[in-house]
Amino acid sequence: MRLVHAHRRRQRATGAFAIITIVLGSLAVQFFRVQVFQSNDYVLQSRSNRLRPLPVAAPRGTIFDRNGRVLADNVPGYVVLVLRESRESTRQTLESLRPYLGLSDERIETLMGQYQRWEPLVVEIDTDFEAVSVLQERREDFPGIVIEMRPKRRYIGGSAVSHVLGYVNEITAEELAGPRFTEYEPGILIGKVGIERQYEERLQGRQGVRYLEVDALGRIVGSLAGIEEDAGDPGEDIHLTLDLELMEWIHSIFPDSLAGAVIALDPVDGGVLALYSAPTFDPNAFVNGLTPAEWAVLESDPEMPLFNRAVTGTYPPGSTWKLAAAAIAVDRGVVGPREFMPEPCNGGIFIGDDYRRCWDEEGHGYLDLAGAIANSCNVYFYQLGLRVGLDPLLEEGIRIGFAEQSGIDLPQESSGTFPEGREYWERIFGYTPQENEVLNLAIGQGPNSQTPLKMAQFYLALARDGTAPTPHLLENPDPTEDWRLPNMSRESMEVLREGMRGVASPGGTAYLGTALEHWEVLGKTGTSQNPQDTLRPHAWFAGMAGPWGEDPEIVVVALVEFGESGSGVAAPLVSKTADFFLRREHGMPLPDSIQTLGEHYNFGRPAPWAR
Amino acid sequence: MGNLFKRWVGDPALFLAALVMTSFGIAMIYSAGVLNIPSPITEGAWILQIQWAAISLVAFVVIRQIGPRWIEWVAVPAYVLCVILLLATLFVGTGSGTAAGVRSFLEIGPIRFQPSELAKLTTILALARYLGTRPEDPATLRALVNPAAIVGVPFVLVILQPDLGTALAFVGILFAALFWAGTPIGLLALLMSPGISLVLSFDPRIWAASFVFLVFALYLYRYRLFLVESLAVVLANLAAGTISTPLWDSLADYQQNRILVFLDPSVDPRGAGYHVVQSMVAIGSGGLTGNGFTEGTQKRFDFLPEQHTDFIFSVIGEELGYLGTILTLLLFAVILYRLVRMAEGEADPFAGLVIFGIFGAWLVHVFVNVGMTVGMVPVTGIPLPFVSYGGTFLLMSWVAVAVAARLVGED
Repeated sequence: MRLVHAHRRRQRATGAFAIITIVLGSLAVQFFRVQVFQSNDYVLQSRSNRLRPLPVAAPRGTIFDRNGRVLADNVPGYVVLVLRESRESTRQTLESLRPYLGLSDERIETLMGQYQRWEPLVVEIDTDFEAVSVLQERREDFPGIVIEMRPKRRYIGGSAVSHVLGYVNEITAEELAGPRFTEYEPGILIGKVGIERQYEERLQGRQGVRYLEVDALGRIVGSLAGIEEDAGDPGEDIHLTLDLELMEWIHSIFPDSLAGAVIALDPVDGGVLALYSAPTFDPNAFVNGLTPAEWAVLESDPEMPLFNRAVTGTYPPGSTWKLAAAAIAVDRGVVGPREFMPEPCNGGIFIGDDYRRCWDEEGHGYLDLAGAIANSCNVYFYQLGLRVGLDPLLEEGIRIGFAEQSGIDLPQESSGTFPEGREYWERIFGYTPQENEVLNLAIGQGPNSQTPLKMAQFYLALARDGTAPTPHLLENPDPTEDWRLPNMSRESMEVLREGMRGVASPGGTAYLGTALEHWEVLGKTGTSQNPQDTLRPHAWFAGMAGPWGEDPEIVVVALVEFGESGSGVAAPLVSKTADFFLRREHGMPLPDSIQTLGEHYNFGRPAPWAR
Repeated sequence: MGNLFKRWVGDPALFLAALVMTSFGIAMIYSAGVLNIPSPITEGAWILQIQWAAISLVAFVVIRQIGPRWIEWVAVPAYVLCVILLLATLFVGTGSGTAAGVRSFLEIGPIRFQPSELAKLTTILALARYLGTRPEDPATLRALVNPAAIVGVPFVLVILQPDLGTALAFVGILFAALFWAGTPIGLLALLMSPGISLVLSFDPRIWAASFVFLVFALYLYRYRLFLVESLAVVLANLAAGTISTPLWDSLADYQQNRILVFLDPSVDPRGAGYHVVQSMVAIGSGGLTGNGFTEGTQKRFDFLPEQHTDFIFSVIGEELGYLGTILTLLLFAVILYRLVRMAEGEADPFAGLVIFGIFGAWLVHVFVNVGMTVGMVPVTGIPLPFVSYGGTFLLMSWVAVAVAARLVGED
């Protein structure tokens, strides 16, 4: 065997050294690539292996009212999340939580539907403190649960402010898919309606992030030392023109069994002092997350508590619209401010062969404009309507904006309905209108329906100099162009006000329902026929109030669905709302309750201040 | 004193490198047990490894006393015994710990050991005994049949366990011994060609090309081979090419997956590719200097599989970085280099073949074990000499060091 020769062995050994060099050298090169060149990538992978990002909710901005009172703020809430390695173990953990969190079968199924590996599952967005303490104490028994402090929305005014503030709830898949919330992530709480929705982006703030360290099985492991957190940015606070006390007052006086709306505006700048819709709901219940059953109850309630009547309900304005007809007539010069109509009111009037009734069978006799407003005389307004003519009335109505929204800063608002011309009848009803359609329109009936807010905006103009800024909820909004009534002289405006003053004065339609001790009330009743229930018309009162002989300091509109009587049901709401507000503004004592003159009489004790 | 030490340990550099490597291994096994949620399997492993290290040193001392002729004499009976033991594992073998599915352990009373680890050394001895007594170099295909059979018997038995990693070590032993015994490289290539055919046949065009090349090579080589031998090589290659598809189909899913994942670990990062991906993440995130001893997060949070046995090198890479990797590889270079040097200086064919056989086995172990942690080699269960946790393997590695030490310097 040649192996015994040393040179043969040296030759083979040299070959062996070459093999060692190649083998170990190639390993060294590969390790150099992995550990030096690509190290950064692998460091990232190693981090993402063991770190699970957990969104940290930023506290939502606080909402203040005009007096600096808190309308909505945040309180500490607890969220329970589950982070498990597999579907089965997640189900196990949920089952073990069942008695503590009161999870139903459906709830567990819903959650299992949301399960995604490596993603924390939000089990309960609002866990009460007792359950949290129990879970904390017995942590060992519940592998994979995370208890997070998360700011929770609180609505101080509760039901009184629910329609205007709205509420927050988890973002839906549709919202995520839409254009507005492209930067939002699932699981985030967003404003759904009302102010919360309108100013969502400002209130939201920026969500932060926190990391959970987990092992290969998804088990959460202890220390998080050295892992940076991002607390996010809190949302912006916003200040509203709303008056919380006034809202609560309205909530307390609005008849429990009735539906409707009350709106109060500040004549100075159109700021919304109150915007109330009844029936209402508790927005705090939404924060806790409604169960499908609770949601179904709210949704199917025939009273429609989720429906904001103040801005999305439209109703025939009835006699409250007579002021608009009057303004149009005066503007076009077809009616002189002090002119009496040729035909007196004898409880009705023949228009051609057609006999049209006034609401008062006794009749009102000869009336001028102010008197007609004070008495809400239909006979006068039929004649006024005929003088204006159908086409001009439609034209002016459109110009004033009765087919538009008021433009308030709320996400949902209905437009008023008002015919843009004669085509309207052909389009909607399929016939060509005659000139006498103007008769219905002149008294606020016919194809005309308005939101309570739109009527409030119109009366805002009457309370000012004929211009009305866009009603707004946010303090200091961007200035908008004033909304103008037809060009009316100061004198014409004064006549309209005189008429409204007459309404709330002895002999006026709403004297008993509105007269107040300290304040002058101006306004107009409306009792509007509606197709849903012809026997029970809607009750309106649109008005304003202020110290005697001075400009009005508050404009209030009340609508009560099927309230039957504008003067009896809606008018007291307006005057009590105004009284509360004005008393407080003028430093007068606030009584526990306010009675109208009519209520005093009903109790058998004439009001001591009655004139 | 220096001389006495040298006489005792045979080759001081090899001995010291093995000693350092064993201590380093114990430290890394300790680190592998430092988990966020400790596991009973890995937590105390380093203490057991210390016990095995102590036993290994005792074995080293004992084997120092054995005469080299006796080692030569015991080669064949020990080989036969090991084959019997390997056969026994197929019937009464048990799995262990992380390799529970493999029947590689035998239990005799309180003793549990892996005959396949024993078989590597006894195969080396038997092969050296056979080749060492041949009057001529195994320079013909005919002359390779017996050596191939000596290795083939334990090889097949280990494959049947099934333990592909250990089986690869037998291939290393065969080629190393033949190389040292003087088999021409070309012949070794021909010996390897059916295996290469097997791999290449996954693409028929490449296989066809390689087959044409083989025939051409045989033609050039025609004066060194009998016609029968050439035909045998051709037939073997044809057979390999033909059986590859049924062979692939006969593989278990996990075995197929391992191969597919080796080709592209990202095909199944949560499944079969998981080990490789997580191991590379661990090693890569270690960077130049590592996360620090016991501080590897991949290991701590259980992302690393088999972190105290087959994937211990991933822990080294993660915690000690590229510097630790290089130092470990250098230490292995010292061990391998010394073995070659010892064989080179040995005029006795038996001694040289034994030492070079050990070299071949360890070279395969180091390359396959370290290579699989960075995706250079498919994942096969094969431990890292001196470092991985495992009693039998550590003991047999030290026995091998002792045998090498005993055989050198004896003329």
